[in-house]
Amino acid sequence: MSSVMANNKTTDKAANKMIKQKGFAIDLKTWGPFVALAVLALLGVLINPAFLGLDNLSNMLTRSAFIGIIAIGATFVITAGGLDLSVGAMAAFIAGVMIILMNSLVEQFGAGLTTVLFGVGASLLLGLCAGFINGMVTTKGKIEAFIVTLGTMGIYRSLVTYLADGGTLTLDWAVRDIYRPVYYGSFLGITIPVWVFLAVAIIGYILLNFTRFGRYCFAIGSNEKVAEYSAIHVDRIKTMTYMLQGVCVALATIIYVPRLGSASGATGVLWELEAIAAVIIGGTMLKGGHGRIWGTVVGAIMLTMIGNILNLTDAISNYLNGTVQGIIIIVAVYLQRASWRKTGP
Amino acid sequence: MRTIKTAVKTCVTTAALTSAIALSGAAVAQEYTIGVSIPAATHGWTGGVNYHAEEAKKRLEALYPDIEITISTAGTAGEQANDLEDLVSLRNIDALVVLPFESGPLTDPVRRVKASGVFVTVVDRGLTEEGIQDLYVAGNNHELGRVSGEYIRERLDDQGDIVVLRGIPTVIDDERVQGFQEAIEGSEVNILDMQHANWNRDDGFEVMQDYLSRFDNIDAVWAQDDDIALGVIEAVRQADREDELFIVGGAGMKDIIKRVMDGDELVPVDVLYPPAMIATAMDLTVQHFVSNGPVLGEYILGSPLITQENAEQYYFPDSPF
Repeated sequence: MSSVMANNKTTDKAANKMIKQKGFAIDLKTWGPFVALAVLALLGVLINPAFLGLDNLSNMLTRSAFIGIIAIGATFVITAGGLDLSVGAMAAFIAGVMIILMNSLVEQFGAGLTTVLFGVGASLLLGLCAGFINGMVTTKGKIEAFIVTLGTMGIYRSLVTYLADGGTLTLDWAVRDIYRPVYYGSFLGITIPVWVFLAVAIIGYILLNFTRFGRYCFAIGSNEKVAEYSAIHVDRIKTMTYMLQGVCVALATIIYVPRLGSASGATGVLWELEAIAAVIIGGTMLKGGHGRIWGTVVGAIMLTMIGNILNLTDAISNYLNGTVQGIIIIVAVYLQRASWRKTGP
Repeated sequence: MRTIKTAVKTCVTTAALTSAIALSGAAVAQEYTIGVSIPAATHGWTGGVNYHAEEAKKRLEALYPDIEITISTAGTAGEQANDLEDLVSLRNIDALVVLPFESGPLTDPVRRVKASGVFVTVVDRGLTEEGIQDLYVAGNNHELGRVSGEYIRERLDDQGDIVVLRGIPTVIDDERVQGFQEAIEGSEVNILDMQHANWNRDDGFEVMQDYLSRFDNIDAVWAQDDDIALGVIEAVRQADREDELFIVGGAGMKDIIKRVMDGDELVPVDVLYPPAMIATAMDLTVQHFVSNGPVLGEYILGSPLITQENAEQYYFPDSPF
């Protein structure tokens, strides 16, 4: 064991750094994602000074809000040992229904706040219902979450394509002008989506770490049978995690729609994988039982940052963007796992 | 010796097949069935293809009572191969109009349809082998790039800084970019950077945001596609830099055509790559049966510049694209 460590010390700079930090009693399981984020940010500055521009930072954080909010919901689902692959398609579907609803309400209520509020309400309701369906079918139907949400993913994706006739649903221009500030507006110099992201993260943090619901999530994810014997209503708690996920998707959609004012079959493609990636980069375990909200937040920001940095340089062939992203994701997770393995569970 | 044998064999089978088809054709008395196989409406442009195919079906069937058209849509290349088999075996088609999902995987399935004696029209994405189809109808990707490049070059008086948002890494994308680069060659139009925006609004928005924070001066944007262009417009609006640049998209999406019609300064023109080309292909295929002239060879559509003056003729408000 010590020889392995010594070996790492000389060969692997990153591991070396970790061991040193452990000397200062820094828990790398928690701080790993933050260190990775800092390294990535440093890389960004070196590649292009424009990276640190206020506009760029603001754009990037605002962009990461969608995936971030969805990923916070996913943290609960994954911590409780579940998985939701339907979130991207769900977002597209909710966006489509919101647009159709708001467009049709313009005649009745005019292009005002009422119309927008109806759209927002419908979004939350749909998210809650969609989550409830995923949860019930998974728990009561006793079908693997992977299969259930794979199915609902296909359903929502084709429904939005159907609603849009294979084209694009576009929000009424007058409504858009009212709704636009929800994405483009800012409060105290920080954009609205970032505020929402922050609020969802804080609520998520409290919910996961300081409530009975959070503790149950950990327990179920660690060992469902034991949790059940401990008189935890496993089905109910698991269904609640999917509903929470649905609400997070609805919130993300509410701030997504005013950005481009449209939805199509191409909306939200692969968001589910990005959300899962953000959760895993953040230190949550895919097999459940261990979740970290702030890690997820950092993971989501990191994913956006990689794309941003690649756009800020033309040093790497466009065709290789996916490769770079893949490598960074794997390395980021490896660094955490490496330290995690040494300290033991 | 063996080749002669196979040749004879093929001749015999073809003859047998043709006579069989002729017989079955005679039984239904001069009625022609045309099968149309297209990708499912999963995004804007293919949504337009579906709309125009349906419209053309209605129009052609009303015009020619003895022509029957069946449209099938497929979500993947594999599904489309199944569709082709079904069209031949279940629908007994006389002609096939096919917009291949992907060129490579569908070459052989289309060859098999052709071998059963069906008249074959290939649309847009060609097959990887020559000589299979009777008729090829396509837009001109190289031309789309060239026309866009020439417009930008002219409008900028041969000098300026531009950015390019490419599509998904494919042959189509490469052809467009090549045409564009040839058009601006020799001028002082400088491409600051090119990135892929995958023919997608969200990606167009994000890539353009990053361009705007990276470059202090951008004179023009070639968005290559109208979906990307819509994302670009929002990013430019957000950065409040509408007065500094103009955007050239491509395809002929109704939202963009509307802007051109209305004289939008930010989007002064568009370059056509119409989803309605499926209707052109269906028209020509029908002509093979009803006209007295030969309908064979290649039919390449132009990629005209759409300006405020001619925009109206390319505007289809009912189309989803």
